[in-house]
Amino acid sequence: MKASDLAALRDEPACTHNQQAAKSGCARPVPGAAAGGCAFDGAQIALLPIADVAHIVHGPIACAGNSWDNRGTRSSGPALFKLGMTTDLNEQDVIMGRGEKRLFHGIKQAIDRYSPAAVFVYSTCVTALIGDDLDAVCKAAAERWGVPVIPIDSAGFYGSKNLGNRIAGEAMVKYVVGGHEPEPPPVDPARPDLTVHDINLIGEYNIAGELWNTLPLFDEVGLRVLCSLSGDARFREIQTMHRAEVNMVVCSRAMLNVARKLHERFGAPWFEGSFYGAQEVSSSLRQFAALLDDADLSQRTETLIAREEAHIRAELAPWREQLRGKRALLYTGGVKSWSIVSALQELGITVVATGTKKSTEEDKARIRELMGEEAHLIEDGNPRGLLDLVHAYQADILVAGGRNLYTALKARLPFLDINQEREHGYAGYRGLVTLARELTRSLESPVWEAVRRPAPWSVLSSSAGGRKAGGEERSLCELEKAHG
Amino acid sequence: MAEVIRRSKPLSVSPLKTSQPLGASLAILGLNRAIPLLHGAQGCTAFAKVFLVRHFREPIPLQTSALDPISSIMGADDSLLDGLRTVCEKHRPAAVGLLTTGLTEAQGTDIQRVLKIFRERYPEFQAVRVVPVNTPDFSGCLESGFAATVKAMISEWAPLEAVNRIRRRKSDHSPRRVNVLCGASLTPGDLEVLRELIERFDLHPVFIPDLSDSLDGHLDAEDYNPLTTGGTPLAAFATLDDAIATLVMGASLYPVADLLHERTRVPVHCFPHLFGLDATDRFVMTLAGITGQPVPAALTRQRAQLQDAMLDTHFLLGRARIAIAAEPDLLHGFSQLLADMGAEVVAAIAPAAASILPQLPLAQVHIGDLDDLERLVCEHEAELLIGSSHVTEIAQRLGLPLLRAGYPLHDQFGGYQRAWIGYRGARQGLFDLANALLAHAEHAVAPYHSIYSLKADERREARHGATQASTDSSRWH
Repeated sequence: MKASDLAALRDEPACTHNQQAAKSGCARPVPGAAAGGCAFDGAQIALLPIADVAHIVHGPIACAGNSWDNRGTRSSGPALFKLGMTTDLNEQDVIMGRGEKRLFHGIKQAIDRYSPAAVFVYSTCVTALIGDDLDAVCKAAAERWGVPVIPIDSAGFYGSKNLGNRIAGEAMVKYVVGGHEPEPPPVDPARPDLTVHDINLIGEYNIAGELWNTLPLFDEVGLRVLCSLSGDARFREIQTMHRAEVNMVVCSRAMLNVARKLHERFGAPWFEGSFYGAQEVSSSLRQFAALLDDADLSQRTETLIAREEAHIRAELAPWREQLRGKRALLYTGGVKSWSIVSALQELGITVVATGTKKSTEEDKARIRELMGEEAHLIEDGNPRGLLDLVHAYQADILVAGGRNLYTALKARLPFLDINQEREHGYAGYRGLVTLARELTRSLESPVWEAVRRPAPWSVLSSSAGGRKAGGEERSLCELEKAHG
Repeated sequence: MAEVIRRSKPLSVSPLKTSQPLGASLAILGLNRAIPLLHGAQGCTAFAKVFLVRHFREPIPLQTSALDPISSIMGADDSLLDGLRTVCEKHRPAAVGLLTTGLTEAQGTDIQRVLKIFRERYPEFQAVRVVPVNTPDFSGCLESGFAATVKAMISEWAPLEAVNRIRRRKSDHSPRRVNVLCGASLTPGDLEVLRELIERFDLHPVFIPDLSDSLDGHLDAEDYNPLTTGGTPLAAFATLDDAIATLVMGASLYPVADLLHERTRVPVHCFPHLFGLDATDRFVMTLAGITGQPVPAALTRQRAQLQDAMLDTHFLLGRARIAIAAEPDLLHGFSQLLADMGAEVVAAIAPAAASILPQLPLAQVHIGDLDDLERLVCEHEAELLIGSSHVTEIAQRLGLPLLRAGYPLHDQFGGYQRAWIGYRGARQGLFDLANALLAHAEHAVAPYHSIYSLKADERREARHGATQASTDSSRWH
């Protein structure tokens, strides 16, 4: 990828990080103290949920071999995306420049065997470094076999995972979007006069199937989700994204570039929102209605919100009772830093501090709005620091990404996983109940007391404890004597 | 003798192979107060980390030199120096494993030279032992990366001459210590079994590396550790020559054994694996030979128990058709265990070539992926699969039982503490294999419903069938 293209992606104008004086673009990682994935990781994560596509990783084994079969995302149909495919380059391929040839035939193998809707080819560090011409191979393969073959130029060293998300989004806008016109929405016999509006959800990955908590809501108010990029998506759905009337960027700043470009080219307005917490779900639904400027839609939306909120309030009452007064320390990036705060607060939990490493000034303002001016914001989330904060703020539970799961457990701390590997869907009104259930599952577990209790003999053998035990023994003897 | 069939297709689908740096990291994690540092882009480390965290359900220390476009093209020595300095400064490790990746190998990095510069520039970190290993992603697999790293440890840290040995010989009493080189196929659970076996002969084993101490899934008193807790102490390397014998577990480590023997002159005993009766017998006899002690009665008992288990399970395992996908040493162990039982390994897949493969007790070994496994399983009608969690989908798709072994095991708990070796490991392994077949296989003759049946339930079925006939003749059924 050209340096200028990379710089353009890194300096995404819609990202408020780039509107701050001190910061410009995504920060460079520190050797020896870096955490998180690379650009390839980000690109793969962003697109892998597209279920009917053959995802081929072009490079040596590590990139696919160490990472495939590792996502919590779900598909309602095809399972092709769950197969890891890689050209698995060996030393001779690298030295003799046989990578392109292997890739070309690899694409053929994928098409012949799996008949995918399209093939996505991801470049990696080694293939970028040795100069394999990804675009040319993809173009030639697409012409030869008549299946779309999309190059995703995503060498790991290009930068962070976040940048990789944008590379992926950029590739979709450049090569896929606009390739197909959506059929008119089917007429609902119960509501024949209803005007159905088309929308996209950008950055919704259907982790643990949580998209299916919100889809019924859209159906009810008459919003057709043309495409969810990329949870439970199909190639053809992505091709129709240009026809959406409104785009919502869900819970992630990473694919803002897609929303911005769709706006520039096709005029669809966009907004950032979240589906975590009842208030956020309602507010996102209202945003759609407002941007579409449809009075009927607004009315249907308000009816739905009133009903769902009343319902969820009643359902949450017993959970709120259990969770009241509990203190959580939240550490997660970007938009989630405030959207999860509001979800936790709706459950009656006090959020004592929240991570803001990836948050913008705007995010931080919303956090202060929710948590008060004295809200503690955690800039650097190294594990030691997090544990110290948990103790300092007397938090009962750590809510963070999977990477901190064993940090918490080793410190004998209740934990809730909030990132993409998780097994439970927390989005939508219904997701809030799941969230409450999982929080109590960890918080109310009897194991915490057991794992904090030292072995009885270790108490006896330590020097101070030993003396105390001796004292007890003496008094027992004396007691016996007294009885005797 | 096995015919080794090489990969012929361009695309690897559902790879069995994991990369050399991942295996190398695993070996470093068997050292005490250590951390692996991968010289590459951030993702090389992030993927390996997630992979190992999910397998062991433990926090895994792992760092990266975090290459960017400029350092990838203009040279990444400074990134590596920064990375080494930061890791040393922040965590004060006893050892750092400096491991290359596909990116830095393709780039042509010279880690030995960078390490020399590091030593000159930062004398304050002289106490931190650094072991540099070349582990490109584009050759080998987890097992070979692991072996290369163990070899580098010996090469860097074993005494250059057998000084301790000579001194000890003068004092005229033989040491009770044995060096044990542990290959990548051994789980922390296996290592516990191995320790117990060796200690029964009053010997003191020193495992290199020792995952049973660092990754056995224990709860520490400390709430947070940025380095490994447990593992081989680095001091153990200086006295490698002061041992009565070196035991080598896994054919992948034979070249390491040669190097260690050259340096220390300690007699070496090699074992390709410890799966099954014969392999364990040979190991026990070796221990008895080294010490001159009789075999403890408890082992005699365990051996008899394994024999009994072999008898009990042979009804199911004899001629059972089994498919295995595993790294070479593990593949060797399982195929021997199954050969001992008269089972047929109808599909054997290894992720990469290894010199031991032609000697496996099998007809054919394929170098390939799990897609090959699936194809061969269908072709040869295998009844049971042995492989990692990645095989789960295939097993479900084909409706076949799966015995989980190897890396990664992320869809079950406790995979890392499972012991396969020794009499007891083999016994449990046989039970599990037989149980898996028992639960899945249809042994009885499928019910037949006579068209003449008078039984009420069957008449109903017959009515749905095409033929309506008299049902009198089969009344006695």
